[in-house]
Amino acid sequence: MTTPLHIGFIPLVDASALIVAVDKGFAAAEGLDITLTREVSWSNVRDKLNIGRFDAAHLLAPVAIASSLGLGHVKLPIVAPFNLGLNGNAITVSPALHAAIMGEIDGDPRNPLVTAQALSRVVAARRKAGAEPLTFGMTFPFSTHNYQLRFWMAAGGVDPDEDVHLVVLPPPYMVDSLANGHVDAFCVGAPWNSVAVDLGVGQILHFVSDILVRAAEKVLAVRRGWSEKNPETLAALIRAASHAAQFIEQPDNRAEAAHILAKPQYIGVDAEVIRRTLDGRLKISPDGTMRESSRYLLVGREGAARPDPAQAAWLYAQMVRWGQTAMQPDALKTAMGVFRPDLYDAAMGQPAKPGNGVDAVGAFAGPAFNPDDIAGHLAAFTIGRWKP
Amino acid sequence: MSAESSPKIVIVDESPIRAAILEEGLREAGFTRVVHIREMQSLLARIYAEDPDVILIDLENPSRDVLEAMFQVSRAVRRPIAMFVDQSDAASIQASVDAGVSAYIVDGLKKERIKPILDLCISRFNAFSKLQDELDRTKSALEERKVIDRAKGILMKVKGLTEDEAYVLMRSTAMREKKKIGEIAQSILTASELLK
Repeated sequence: MTTPLHIGFIPLVDASALIVAVDKGFAAAEGLDITLTREVSWSNVRDKLNIGRFDAAHLLAPVAIASSLGLGHVKLPIVAPFNLGLNGNAITVSPALHAAIMGEIDGDPRNPLVTAQALSRVVAARRKAGAEPLTFGMTFPFSTHNYQLRFWMAAGGVDPDEDVHLVVLPPPYMVDSLANGHVDAFCVGAPWNSVAVDLGVGQILHFVSDILVRAAEKVLAVRRGWSEKNPETLAALIRAASHAAQFIEQPDNRAEAAHILAKPQYIGVDAEVIRRTLDGRLKISPDGTMRESSRYLLVGREGAARPDPAQAAWLYAQMVRWGQTAMQPDALKTAMGVFRPDLYDAAMGQPAKPGNGVDAVGAFAGPAFNPDDIAGHLAAFTIGRWKP
Repeated sequence: MSAESSPKIVIVDESPIRAAILEEGLREAGFTRVVHIREMQSLLARIYAEDPDVILIDLENPSRDVLEAMFQVSRAVRRPIAMFVDQSDAASIQASVDAGVSAYIVDGLKKERIKPILDLCISRFNAFSKLQDELDRTKSALEERKVIDRAKGILMKVKGLTEDEAYVLMRSTAMREKKKIGEIAQSILTASELLK
């Protein structure tokens, strides 16, 4: 007997495990008959998951936490038993802003602290000249993109709420907005950074893996109530996604995976651009300069698929730091409880294991992240909306 | 309802026809202060400038995520804006999602005053999709009509049949092969194209 499931996704490369699970039959092999629905906004994905039009969804990790806490919207407990992707975003800047930052650079431009400090000098010079503040695009108020941009620029002394404008832009509009000067830079997932570079309107300044070594980006999200009523279906879904992730991570399968993802009903961009993302080998400049990173986007490899509650704690800490919510021990517990390694382990038939105890995030600035002492951690940062 | 007591409503929709249908419905119901925003560039700035009490946006619009930024604590917003469909309104939120529309209201506006707006919105959106479906069906029926007429012409010429005879021949072939007459007509066109 097969179980019908409705799953929503946004056309981004980190939806790949779900798409390949359906297209290559990994879901059918687990007895699941999945209907994938392509959506145009995270608000739609969240709301349709909320009211049960979707059984599961490709969701921004911070949205899963914000929904569970009732931040910004209706409160709905979500569980995330599978990471669809770690990292995968990049910061792309206009050629003009790139030139301005490089003009102020003092050190290795691959070091995010060096570029953030240069940005700070660019911002100061613009203020002195009476120019408009720079505008940065990101995808959602509760998004890793928002927190990664803020973390980066604040480390160099730029206050993201005072010194620049941060605006929400739907990913498909990012490239046009950069081209027509509506924004000076953006942080977005694949394939949009590569599209901007290919069109000659942007230059990739950083992979977000420069900012955090491991950042939970998108999760497989289900309603907590649904997960409790359908434990076997959920376990089958986790296994199907896991098989798909393993398939995608085999270098020999990458061409086929990119071809599947490129289909118009899925992501609908050139397979070659998707291939670059999966391989972590991106053209970063219109002049053809390439950059390779083994950490650009992790789909399942290096234990990426297993949710780590410490990463949920880091995302919660960012919500606190930037004034989206007040610090509350209960809320921290709820946030960490969204990420469910126990459900992952049970589905995969592996024994439960304790956290590995090392810094789960690996940020380029500030002290090592300790989920047991978020107040102490935040106290190390001078820029923020949080007051102890 | 006087102009002052009528809440100001902004419709964010890239479809001018649907927005017009909705706007007309709202005006008929006495909501006289309605503004339609079609251009998605600088959407938030335009909304702040209009300073509406209610914002209606279609769910096919990626800019819905832009509106979510209104909930953030920000210096730019004078009045915080909250989503109308709250915990107690499961039926409302389902009906609006199925119709393809979402509503946001400025905090403080009474729920009783919003309900008729949302209900009207849902019914107009549903009416629009019905209209769209009918239009699509009419279009394809017209297309089929054209194909049948051309196939008839070919049969009349090649086989020396009258118009009625040509039609009867296609219809009986369609019945025998359990196909639609449009499909038979299409294969005649294709065959005649190949045999040219």
